[in-house]
Amino acid sequence: MSSTLQLFRQTFKRDLTLAFRRKSELVNPLIFFLIVASLFPIGVSPEPNFLSQLAPGLVWVAALLATLLSMETLFKSDYEDGSLEQLLLSPQPVFLVVLSKVLAHWLLSGLALTIVAPLLGVMLFLPSEGMPGLMLSLLLGTPTLSLIGAIGAALTVGLRRGGVLISLLVLPLYIPVLIFGSSAVQAAVTGLPLDGYLALLGAMLALALALAPIAAGAALRISVSG
Amino acid sequence: MAFETFADFLNMGGHGLYVWLSYGLGLLTIALCIYLPVIQGRETRRTLRRRIQRESIKS
Amino acid sequence: MASSWLPRWFYQLASPRWCYSITGKLIPWFAATGGLLFLVGLIWGLAFAPSDYQQGNSFRIIYLHVPTAILAQSFYMMMAIAGAIGLIWKMKVADMVAKSVAPLGAALAVLALATGAIWGKPTWGSWWVWDARLTSMLVLLFLYLGVMALNSAIESETTAAKSTAVLALVGLVNIPIIKYSVEWWNTLHQPATFKLTEKPAMPAEMWIPLLVMVIALYLLFGLAMMLRLRNEILRRERRAGWVKELLGS
Repeated sequence: MSSTLQLFRQTFKRDLTLAFRRKSELVNPLIFFLIVASLFPIGVSPEPNFLSQLAPGLVWVAALLATLLSMETLFKSDYEDGSLEQLLLSPQPVFLVVLSKVLAHWLLSGLALTIVAPLLGVMLFLPSEGMPGLMLSLLLGTPTLSLIGAIGAALTVGLRRGGVLISLLVLPLYIPVLIFGSSAVQAAVTGLPLDGYLALLGAMLALALALAPIAAGAALRISVSG
Repeated sequence: MAFETFADFLNMGGHGLYVWLSYGLGLLTIALCIYLPVIQGRETRRTLRRRIQRESIKS
Repeated sequence: MASSWLPRWFYQLASPRWCYSITGKLIPWFAATGGLLFLVGLIWGLAFAPSDYQQGNSFRIIYLHVPTAILAQSFYMMMAIAGAIGLIWKMKVADMVAKSVAPLGAALAVLALATGAIWGKPTWGSWWVWDARLTSMLVLLFLYLGVMALNSAIESETTAAKSTAVLALVGLVNIPIIKYSVEWWNTLHQPATFKLTEKPAMPAEMWIPLLVMVIALYLLFGLAMMLRLRNEILRRERRAGWVKELLGS
C-alpha cells in the first residue's frame, strides 16, 4: 500500500518538476486562453451588452480548448524517452500513475485557467455576480476535462500526429461539461441558485475520477505495447 | 390509399419536395451501403485469387 | 479458455472461417426478407398510411427518419460491445465486426440528420433547429467519426482494434450523459418547441408501417455489415489455408 502511494507521490513530484523546467509550455495554454477570448470581441462585436450575454459560454469554450491544447503533451515526453514503458512495467496499478499525472497536469492547466478566468470575465463584460459561478464551475469542471482528455492523450500517444485527432476524439465527450459549466455561470449571472449545477458537475467529476484513469490506463497499455 | 390521384401522391400535399428528397437520399445511402462492399468483395477476391495463382506457379 | 460457461456458438464465432461460411448462408435470407419488408414498408408508409393532422404529408419522412436514428444508436452499441468482446476474449472476429459496423453507423447517423433537417424545413421553417434529438444525433455522428479517425490513424491492425474498442466503450458510457445533458440544455433554451416525432399515441395505421421499416432496415444494414465483415475476414486471413483453398479452386 505504502509503495503504491509512494509511486503516486513520486510521479506527481516528477511531473511538477519537469513542468516547471519547461516554463514556456506551462504558460502557453494560458496565453492561448487569453487570445481565444479576445478573438470574439474582435470577430463578433465589441458591444458590452452583447458580449456580456455571450461571456459565460465564451469563457467556457476558451477554457475547454485551452485544456485540450495542453492535453497532447500529457504522456508524450514520457513516451518518447521510454519512462512510460518503465512505469507500465512496474507492478503498481496503472490508473494511479494516470491519476497522479492528471493531477499534476490539472494543477498547472485547469487550476491556472480557473485563476485567470476572472480576467477574461472582465474583458468580456461578464457581470460581477457571475464571477463566483465562473470560478466554481471551472474549478469543478476542468478536472473532468483533464481526466477525459487523458483518455484521448493515452489513445493517441503512439501517433506522430495526434494533435487534431485528440480533439476529434475528446471534444464530443466534453459537451456535457460545457453545458452544465456555462449554465452554472448563466445561473450565477441571473441570480439563480448554483448548487444544482455544481452538484451535477461534481457528479460528473466523480464518475470521471472513477472511470477515466482505468480507461486511460488500458489505452496506455495498448498504445505502448503496439 | 391516402391519395386520390397519382399526381396527388407525387405532390404530397405540397410537401413533395421534402418527402421525395429525403426518400431519395435514403434509397441512395442504403443502396451504396450494400453495393460498395459487394464491389470491394469482388475486388478483394480477385486480387487474392491472383496472388494464390502466382504462388502456386512459383512453387 | 477457462470460462466454459459460455455457449458453444460463442467459441465458434471466434473462428473467422466459421463466421465466413455462416454469413455466406445468412446473406441471401437477409437480402430477400429485408428487401421485401423494405418495399412493403416503403409503399405502406408513402401511399397508404394516413397523413398527420398537423404536419400533413411531410410526416411520412418519419418512416425513414426514426428507423435510421434507432439503427444509428443501436449500431454504436453493437460496435462498443463487439469491441469489448474483442478486448476481453481477444477475439479477432469481434474486432472485425466493430470495424465493419462503424462506417455504416456513421452513414445511418448522417441519414438520420439529413432526413431530420429536411423534415424540419416544412415543420419549423428552417433546415436546422438545435432540437434535442437532432443535437444528440449530431454528437453521435461526431463519436462515430472519432472512432473511425482513430482506427485509420493507427497502422497496426490489432492496436487499432483495441484502441478503437476503448474509445467506443468510453463513448458508450458517455452517450446517456450526453443525451440527458442535451435534453436538459434544450428545454432550458427553447421551451415547448414542436417536436418532430413525439406524438400522443400514434394510431396503428401509422406505427405498424414504422415497425416494418425498422425491421427492414435492421435486416438491410445487417446485410451490409455481413458483406463488410466477409471482406474484412478475407483480407486479414489471406494467408490462412482455408482462404487459399476457398479461392484457389
